[in-house]
Amino acid sequence: MMKAITNLVSKLPLKGLLRNMGVVLLVILSLALSGCVSEGILAPKGQVAIAEHRLIFFAVGLMLIVVIPTIFMALFFGWRYREKTQNNAKYEPEWRHNTLLEVVWWTIPCIIILILGTVTWKTTHSLDPFKPLDSQEAPVTIEVISLDWKWLFIYPDYKIATINYLCIPTGRPINFKITAAAPMNSFIIPQLGGQIYAMTGMTTQLHLYTDTPGSYRGFGANYTGIGFAGMQFVTEATSPDKFNSCVKKIQETPDTLTSDVFWKQLVPQSTDDPVRYFGSVESGLFDKIVMSYMMPGMGDNAVPDEHAIMNQSNH
Amino acid sequence: MLETFIGKLSNPHEVFPYLYEPVSQQLIILSMFIFIIIGGVALVGGLTYFKKWGYLWREWIITVDHKRIAVMYFVVAFIMLFRGFVDAAMMRTQQALASGDSTGYLIPQHFDQIFTAHGVIMIFFVAMPLMFALFNIAVPLQIGARDVAFPFLNSLSFWLFVVGVVLANMSLLIGDFAHAGWLAYPPFSELAYSPSVGTDYYIWAVQISGLGSLLSGINFFVTIVKMRCPGMTLMKMPIFTWTVFFSCILIMASFPVLTVDLALLALDRYMDMHFFTTSYGGDQMMYVNLIWMWGHPEVYILVLPAFGIYSEIVATFSKKPLFGYTTMVWASGVITILSFLVWLHHFFTMGSGADVNAFFGIMTMIISIPTGVKLFNWIFTMYRGRITFTSPMYWMMGFFATFTIGGMTGVMLSVPGIDFQAHNSTFLVAHFHNVIIGGVVFGYFAGFTYWFPKMFGFRLNERLGKCAFWCWIIGFFVAFMPLYILGGMGMTRRLYHYDAATGFQPFLIVAAIGAAIIAVGVVFQVLQLIVSIKNRHKEGYRDVTGDPWNGRTLEWATSSPPAFYNFAHDPEVNCIDAFWYDKQKGLDVDNKPKIRTEPYHDIHMPKDTAMGFIISVFVLILGFAMVWHIWWLAIVGVICTIGSVIARACNYDIDYYVKASTVEAIETKHQQEIAGAKL
Amino acid sequence: MSATPMVNDHHTHHFDGSKNVFGFWIYIMTDCILFATLFAVYAVLHSHTYGGPHGKELFSLPFVLTETMILLTSSFSYGLAMLARNTGNKNIVIGWLWLTFFLGLSFISMEIYEFHAMYVEGNTWATSAFLSSFFTLVSTHGLHVSMGLIWMLTLIYQINKHGITAVTKTKLTCLGLFWHFLDIVWIFVFSVVYLMGAI
Repeated sequence: MMKAITNLVSKLPLKGLLRNMGVVLLVILSLALSGCVSEGILAPKGQVAIAEHRLIFFAVGLMLIVVIPTIFMALFFGWRYREKTQNNAKYEPEWRHNTLLEVVWWTIPCIIILILGTVTWKTTHSLDPFKPLDSQEAPVTIEVISLDWKWLFIYPDYKIATINYLCIPTGRPINFKITAAAPMNSFIIPQLGGQIYAMTGMTTQLHLYTDTPGSYRGFGANYTGIGFAGMQFVTEATSPDKFNSCVKKIQETPDTLTSDVFWKQLVPQSTDDPVRYFGSVESGLFDKIVMSYMMPGMGDNAVPDEHAIMNQSNH
Repeated sequence: MLETFIGKLSNPHEVFPYLYEPVSQQLIILSMFIFIIIGGVALVGGLTYFKKWGYLWREWIITVDHKRIAVMYFVVAFIMLFRGFVDAAMMRTQQALASGDSTGYLIPQHFDQIFTAHGVIMIFFVAMPLMFALFNIAVPLQIGARDVAFPFLNSLSFWLFVVGVVLANMSLLIGDFAHAGWLAYPPFSELAYSPSVGTDYYIWAVQISGLGSLLSGINFFVTIVKMRCPGMTLMKMPIFTWTVFFSCILIMASFPVLTVDLALLALDRYMDMHFFTTSYGGDQMMYVNLIWMWGHPEVYILVLPAFGIYSEIVATFSKKPLFGYTTMVWASGVITILSFLVWLHHFFTMGSGADVNAFFGIMTMIISIPTGVKLFNWIFTMYRGRITFTSPMYWMMGFFATFTIGGMTGVMLSVPGIDFQAHNSTFLVAHFHNVIIGGVVFGYFAGFTYWFPKMFGFRLNERLGKCAFWCWIIGFFVAFMPLYILGGMGMTRRLYHYDAATGFQPFLIVAAIGAAIIAVGVVFQVLQLIVSIKNRHKEGYRDVTGDPWNGRTLEWATSSPPAFYNFAHDPEVNCIDAFWYDKQKGLDVDNKPKIRTEPYHDIHMPKDTAMGFIISVFVLILGFAMVWHIWWLAIVGVICTIGSVIARACNYDIDYYVKASTVEAIETKHQQEIAGAKL
Repeated sequence: MSATPMVNDHHTHHFDGSKNVFGFWIYIMTDCILFATLFAVYAVLHSHTYGGPHGKELFSLPFVLTETMILLTSSFSYGLAMLARNTGNKNIVIGWLWLTFFLGLSFISMEIYEFHAMYVEGNTWATSAFLSSFFTLVSTHGLHVSMGLIWMLTLIYQINKHGITAVTKTKLTCLGLFWHFLDIVWIFVFSVVYLMGAI
């Protein structure tokens, strides 16, 4: 098979160019297909991710309509009109303008962009991270706080919290409310859909949904410093029953997440934090954290002193 | 007490951070020190041994000649390209190794500085100077001018750029460099999270070289508007000059925004202000908005001149006029305007709402229309031409193969629904390298090879140039195609380490191999320079005609390298590619017969001056003092800078006349050389 | 051929001031963008007082109006200097320039006084994002005026030394552009920052 392809490639006119590129592309393609696609958007498992996945291939397919002929024409004309002693291709040293041709190639990209633009307008609205997903089932709200360098998840409905671990039920929409108590990060679980920035003093939203149980990698996508690579968490999507037992398990943990614990233990920098559970959470903590950056004297710990954060760091 | 005199230099943790790091890191830094010391000693020793200090000063440092300044830009840019490339190689190696239990050979503190330095250096200290080098060598010659509009300002721009380079690289020796990414997003780049001097080095280096860029932008804009030779109306300008014109408009409109943005960040850091802090009402999103209001046009600042180079090259080597010249001009204009309406596509994920995101997404796609049209025009320039495949033409073909793919992935990223997945991933990294290497770097290499004979009077070795090309293009695909796939697998950028279960490692190893192939290409380029310089007097290299490629535009009408006054007689043109048609009619640049009868005239020229260099030295002192918080020295720097500017302003002895007899002697010698070569 | 006077002849003949004036226009356009950016920043941040004072509590309109009048008068006196330039009497030009200089200096002094008064009351640039952007915008203008003053001094010196020549005429034109431009920017500062802030 490989041989047949290389044979075929070697027969083509632009031997050198294509043969080399062909080999490169083959190496890459074979790598890509060798079973490494169980990750990321290439293996979508959530409603949003599936739509995004479809959009990617639609856009690529649409654009290849122009891209492939363009590359082909460029290489073919280069070969056809090359300087050599016996080239009987036409040479018109004064041919520099043709209105019809120019109209054609203004029009073709315009049509493609018109189509893609329409799709973009529609999908940007349907895939807006802030838009709640339609569902019969009641959504689960999860409050996400990006910290240096860990993720804190608060489940206000269940009064529990976790660090670097996310447990979600299948078949129910998940409404994430996201903020930060650290430099700007970005919250993403690629196989379910993504992503939105996490910023201090602001609340962003992300709405996801999956029917497929499994564990999916989530992480911070916007670089925030030396512990950034460790800002990874596992998202466990399980059936509602298992989700309930997961919640129960966490509720049995003795630790309580209060403002004091948050500012004194969680906000200081730390790297590669293990998973941690909090069996109960001070109510309204998330809003207090958001507000503490916006107004003086809000939240139990008032304004977090930026310099103090640095001094407490234990990296 | 000590701190008053030497600021942060009194703190060894700040000055020598590597003393407090693991031995493995110290070894890396030690080897870098040895490299720099050997290089420095060799340079200083060589200059002293060959008694070249005076030559360096008289012929280069104080020159205001745009051709010399172009050469200096090239030299500094290539040295910085080497440094930026070493950074890239270190990143690729680290990522290829750091899977699972292995954390690679770099600590995150270093990895973070390396990717920041790579981005900063490649954009500000490689791409920008290469671009200005090409502006300098080609534009005044293409429009038949004696020099740029403000030759002294041109020299000042260059030296301010060098100050930026010196500051950015000084961080290798004392202190550290920024670790906040090439655009230093706050609040991470604020004092609270980045207390070291690294970010200050970044701010001052970029700010000072950015000032140089702005001055160059104004300079070349005025040059193009005011100094075209008689007969060269706007629509008869060479297309490269047109793209420079648009690029300058973008520079003038966008660099002030960068200046303000970085100044506000500096005020936050130095004066305890609250523009982008997490609290006190600071607005971190505003920084991101402002930086991309500069950052997106910056991409077009770089790529438009590259488009111009491709246009010149494809016409010259197809031996045909550029297809659709008018369309090309208008397409560049449309790109210029649209590039200001798309900045938000760099942060769809900030949550601006669907309407805003969709608007900016669609505006971004629309840019691909004029860009696509340009591609078709180049392709149809080749159609029914007779293409000579010189190495510039190779780079052009490489551009077709890579840029179209980069453009396609760019349009993909402009769809917010896709961007939510691809943002911050290695897919994005692959995309912008695809357009910047395939579009900008290949273009600048092509331009460098194309105009090299104009600068030095001899050609570069074609064979080695083509070898370099093949390594670059193959290396490029091997290095960046895996990154596209990794992006799809959910690999985020700027990771110094990742989990083995992610399955990233095989792809990253392939990518590292790609970087190694590019490194071979770089070696070929160095060889190419060495071999060509060695053989510069030989047949096949030497060019006495000044027109080695059978060119179409005015820069090929004068000798190579041109006399310092560029043209003995003021050129006159009456159509696009006038030089091409004059050649066929046997006429000289001013439409008069080649065999001259009338006498030469005195030529008015600017005097060389050291003031550009001197002012920049004071600015360097200012920058250094600010980075290290040595306030008294900063005040001295400011006073000396202002004082030297005033001294320059009060100097009225800044120009002179070249005597007609001198011109005649130079021209006669050139004629004799041509005659000699013909025999 | 080698007669030096002839070269000097050429020199004055050859000086192309239009290039400089055009270049300076372009520079002013870039400066305009710089101020526009600062205005945009101020527009975003003017409500971000973080519990600190608003403009209303800080600004004294009569004081700022006086400042404004002084700066406008300085623009007028600069115009008179330009008129005198055309008559070629260098002493009159220098006289008007000195008047302009002292008006500009009074403006800067008043601004420093205003800033100082705010500072001692504890309303500094570190108080809130609003005050950061206020101090930055207004003092950027002030810094430009100060640079203009230094420039004016050097120009007075140059005119005194060289008289009204093609070169000094061009320099006067450029400084004039700069000075009037700063006036216009101040009108915006006055309306956007002080008037709208005080209402």
